[in-house]
Amino acid sequence: MELILVNVIDGLVTGLLLFMLSAGLTLIFSMMGVLNFAHASFYMLGAYFAYQISLALGFWMGLLVAPLIVGVIGAGVERYGLRRVHQYGHVPELIFTFGLALLIEEMVQFVWGKNTMPYSVPEVLNFTAFSIGANSIPAYKIFMIFTSVAIFIGLLFVLNKTRVGMIIQAALSYPRTVEALGHNVPLIFMGVFGVGTALAGVAGVIAGPVLGTFPGMAFVLGSIVFVTIVIGGLGSLWGALVASLMIGWITTFAKSYNVQMSDILNAVGISTPENLGNSVFRDLWTVTSPQIADILPYILMVLILIFRPAGLFGKRES
Amino acid sequence: MNDELTTDPSKPSQRMRAGSLSLTLTPWIVAAFLLLVLPFVFTNNSAITIMNQMWITVIFALAYNMLLGQGGMLSFGHAVYAGVGGFACMHIMNMSDFFAMFPLPVLPLFGGLFGMGLALIVGSFSTRSAGTVFAMISLGVGELIAACSVIIVAFFGGEEGISGDRTYAMPFFGNEFLQPIDVYYLTSFWVLLSAALMYLWSRTPVGRMANAVRDNPERAQFLGYSSRWVRFYSFVASGFFAGVAGGLFGINYEILTEENLNTASSGVILLVTFLGGVGFFFGPIIGAIVFTLLQTVLSLQTELWAFYVGALFLATVMFFPGGLAGILMMHVPAIKLGKAGGLVRPYIKTLVPALIGILGLAALVEMTFHVRHAATGDNEMTLFWTTFDSHAILPWIIAIGVTVVGLGLARATLPAMKEAWSEANSVGGKL
Repeated sequence: MELILVNVIDGLVTGLLLFMLSAGLTLIFSMMGVLNFAHASFYMLGAYFAYQISLALGFWMGLLVAPLIVGVIGAGVERYGLRRVHQYGHVPELIFTFGLALLIEEMVQFVWGKNTMPYSVPEVLNFTAFSIGANSIPAYKIFMIFTSVAIFIGLLFVLNKTRVGMIIQAALSYPRTVEALGHNVPLIFMGVFGVGTALAGVAGVIAGPVLGTFPGMAFVLGSIVFVTIVIGGLGSLWGALVASLMIGWITTFAKSYNVQMSDILNAVGISTPENLGNSVFRDLWTVTSPQIADILPYILMVLILIFRPAGLFGKRES
Repeated sequence: MNDELTTDPSKPSQRMRAGSLSLTLTPWIVAAFLLLVLPFVFTNNSAITIMNQMWITVIFALAYNMLLGQGGMLSFGHAVYAGVGGFACMHIMNMSDFFAMFPLPVLPLFGGLFGMGLALIVGSFSTRSAGTVFAMISLGVGELIAACSVIIVAFFGGEEGISGDRTYAMPFFGNEFLQPIDVYYLTSFWVLLSAALMYLWSRTPVGRMANAVRDNPERAQFLGYSSRWVRFYSFVASGFFAGVAGGLFGINYEILTEENLNTASSGVILLVTFLGGVGFFFGPIIGAIVFTLLQTVLSLQTELWAFYVGALFLATVMFFPGGLAGILMMHVPAIKLGKAGGLVRPYIKTLVPALIGILGLAALVEMTFHVRHAATGDNEMTLFWTTFDSHAILPWIIAIGVTVVGLGLARATLPAMKEAWSEANSVGGKL
């Protein structure tokens, strides 16, 4: 029971972190129809900038300033890069963001080198919030949960209750009409791209101390984020939330419970073959759930795509 | 179909109609001759290894372009099909009884069949739509199979991969493929065969339909073609040739590891293909050759080669979406008008300063990198055959000066070049 609770909290942290990335990505996707391959790279930039700022001004200034810088860079990328490539179509746009992801990774290696940066949890939050049985829950995790939830609520509020949000939502579905009504749609696009990347930056700032700040961090999380929004349904914010939490919990639980494939197969009624060492299927028998925890999201994605191609919450394609 | 009425084969514009399987022989004969002669020009083993690598990349890039250029499907996990084909070949190499039954040149065929088999499975659900969704599925499946390589050790060999020995095959006219040069001719044979087959494929009705589906799937559907199945056929064929490339990789290096499967190698092949140009059949060939050369030459010179290649790639996407082949083919109208000669002088005037400026920029990048990452006290660095102190002020002034002057000159002469360009492309004399 205690372990379940701890895992629920851990999974929630992972899921909400994923959601911060997938929320921005899905907003950008539903607006411009392009998946930003470099989204996770902005997350990485957020972590690195925050580390650099925290050296001089402390963690909190990093949390405040780094996402702003990332957002400005993101807006610049939209203005001077994507808008230019947009005329060639969606596939070149995707290729552009892919190249951008490569380049950002190389740049980060160029500036900060290949080693993990000593970016750590701030002193204020470096204590145990509470304990469940023998497991202590660090305060930083609670902080992560609250930050992500606050951002999600703020995002929902802005999108649904404010004038700006209304215009953005209108521009998502009928950009031409909104333009005809006198709104500057390219500016809205640039703004949304900037905000989306800034959200990824926030995720990077708060995830950097826990997951490590190293040049590979973008690719580690990047593909999972894509999987998330495909599972949730491209362009659906709620789908992104559900899929993020689902993936967070699935991977956490798979890692902490050591379920063996041989046990499952035995339970179904297939007995373990005699000489396992020579069997072609020996790896299938010895597979354990922590081993496959990281590929479970991909398996889930393939299954979803086969049985429900539009994703969990996605609209049917026109 | 009564296309005799509408198509006149004597007119060049109508010569290549759909379904025409005729091959213009000249480029292929030239290519075959080059493949034959090159090892006599570059005789040392490392050059032959590089050429082998190049031809393998050519096959892989052409296969990739069947999807991207001809079918409009962007795949982020195509290395998987090459990798699985390669792994299958390695396993066949290790089955000594079976391997001894046929000569080595047949082996890539098995790689192709395995790549095709995997493409059959994955394609059955991934080709339902093109564009972003297809790209995401390809990424997911690619990651999935790459991650499996550490789990399914029996097939992928875990972290150390699978290695074998190509010489155990049945001798092929007494040849056991001990020397790199023997493998070179094997690879050359396959690159020519695969390229010709892929070219012919693009001429068949299904290849032409792939283009139609790429450009306007809805219209193709109205004409009675299922765009899904057209995509599926392209996908499977592409998987086959990717598998052939994987098999050749196995023959060349006699080892395959997780690196042949992962997203990084899938990204590289996208880069190669796009750099070469997706719009023309020969684009990926140029891309593969240029990229392999860049990789070999640059990686010897600098640690930052991936950075430069990334920047080049991004510049290509932004400014020349047609790639190198696109740039070359842009000049065809000018040549046909007989005005290409007028472009040479403006080109030299603009591009040479631009090149110098870019080299200056690269020097600045290298110097910054050296200052930041070299061990303390190690102030000496060598760049462009000169050794200097990277912490002194003079080299920086020179590098900045060269960059500013080079790029400034290029910028100043750009309008003249644009004018010459439009002049060379307009019919008639000067306005």
